[in-house]
Amino acid sequence: MPSKEQVLVANGQGFWGDSILGPIRLLREGPLDYLTLDYLAEVTLSIMQKLRSRDPSKGYATDFVRLVDRVLPELVEKNVKVVANAGGVNPMACVEALKEVVAKHGLRGVKIAVVEGDDILDRIDDLMAAGETFANMDTGEPLARVRDTITSANVYLGAFPIAEALADGAQIVLTGRGTDPGLVLGPLIHEFGWSADDYDRLAAGTIAGHIVECGAQCTGGNYTDWRDVPDLAMVGYPVIEARADGSFAITKHEGTGGMVSRDTVAHQLVYEMGDPSRYLTPDCIADFTSFRMREAGSNRVEIEDVAGSAPTDTYKVSMSYHDGWKAVGQLTISGPDALDKAKLAADVVWKRLAYDGFEYGPDERIVEFLGANVCHEGIALRDAGEPSEIVLRMGVKGPDRAKVDRFGSELVPLVTSGPPGVTGFAGGRPKATEIIGFWPALMRKDRIETKVTVFEA
Amino acid sequence: MTRVELARIAAARSGDKGEGSNVGILARSDAAYAFLKEHLTEDVVRQHMSELNLGAVQRFAADNMRALNFLLEDSLGGGGSASLKTDAQGKTHGLALLRLELEVPDEVLTETPA
Repeated sequence: MPSKEQVLVANGQGFWGDSILGPIRLLREGPLDYLTLDYLAEVTLSIMQKLRSRDPSKGYATDFVRLVDRVLPELVEKNVKVVANAGGVNPMACVEALKEVVAKHGLRGVKIAVVEGDDILDRIDDLMAAGETFANMDTGEPLARVRDTITSANVYLGAFPIAEALADGAQIVLTGRGTDPGLVLGPLIHEFGWSADDYDRLAAGTIAGHIVECGAQCTGGNYTDWRDVPDLAMVGYPVIEARADGSFAITKHEGTGGMVSRDTVAHQLVYEMGDPSRYLTPDCIADFTSFRMREAGSNRVEIEDVAGSAPTDTYKVSMSYHDGWKAVGQLTISGPDALDKAKLAADVVWKRLAYDGFEYGPDERIVEFLGANVCHEGIALRDAGEPSEIVLRMGVKGPDRAKVDRFGSELVPLVTSGPPGVTGFAGGRPKATEIIGFWPALMRKDRIETKVTVFEA
Repeated sequence: MTRVELARIAAARSGDKGEGSNVGILARSDAAYAFLKEHLTEDVVRQHMSELNLGAVQRFAADNMRALNFLLEDSLGGGGSASLKTDAQGKTHGLALLRLELEVPDEVLTETPA
């Protein structure tokens, strides 16, 4: 039951920390049916669990509530639907905060839906008793070593619960962990009535979602030929023009900066790619080698003939666990002889720590001479010369917090007891911060039930 | 044959992939793609990036995008928040590979606008 010929879906947030101007300008500068927003990286949910354990009203993406506060009247007036994974590990608290924002603007009747079922932190033991092993899907290692230090555990849900929430009339759909492309695929399933075995079209929506999931990375951001990109300051965030047959265009609003070309889109298509012929999601397996891609006018790329196939019978599970401590700090060392002085300074730090009984193994420490080819280590540079200054960056890690903290107190003394020209210690002593380990696993889909609830604010 | 940097005939984007990174190489012409498919092998990439990547290299091709995708299995110093490296996510690995110098046939260069 396709209701529209074409649906416009834009993504305004590539990660928690992306510019708030993305979504604000998408709403302001051109037509839009759906605005999607991605706030979750692999370790974000672990941080949110910690925040919620300290305060039951926390544990979601607070940036999202600030954004809604800025744009709510425009959202309602233009009837743009929003799909965001901002619910984190506490979507109900996010709903409460949104209700306050709606009331503050003197509006009513705004429908907010919540998708739940991804959070399995409290169910791990039950699921293991039922037969799930949660072995690390990269290494095969059993969960036992990290079981007692798990701090979050979430399933990557697919796009169908989002479509269900939209069918219930929601203007804002809040999810926890789901696939990033699902934020875009969900609205397309809803609008075009795609079914669960319509694999080619589900794959098309997945690829559309992958292209826009990092925001401006498909419209000229992080682009090899950066000198060719006009007006990067006012870069337009991507808009998908999707059609019921699965074909779609990638474009951006008229008058915005940046560019959309075969090349800018291809740059994003290969981003974080594994085997391009098998991109696994809970909804389908998308084949990134299948489609045709062509430029169709200025700042418009058309993609058609995407092929997909049936998904596996497992969900990917993303767990995080406490993996020790680390501390990293840096100082700036001016020339002349910046690199030689930086090398001496690093040596001084390790020797003083060793004198006091603190030694760190080769895998527990790092020294980087920023300005002397750290990023492209081992690759000879045509344009290398004597650096005018060096940023000395040093760090340690390990299970013992006190030992990691001890390192931090030997860096700053270099200012007065190292070689001349050491400065830039404004950050003070580097302190130990927690390392959050990431544990990917698989589990059977039929052990997860998703739930959609609609609230009216 | 002319010795040029890979950047002359290809573009790149990279990012993190667990404890490793991926580098997508995008050929700038059909001729460049055919040449790279033959000569930009897993071995060539592994040797060029041997100090950045301590693990194996795996290559995939996507002809429809003129893309070669390389997985560098151990290039992030542990990966995620366990990494002490500045580039803990492999964001700069694409540009590192584009610095590779290659002997490229002149007809490939002619068919690949600079």
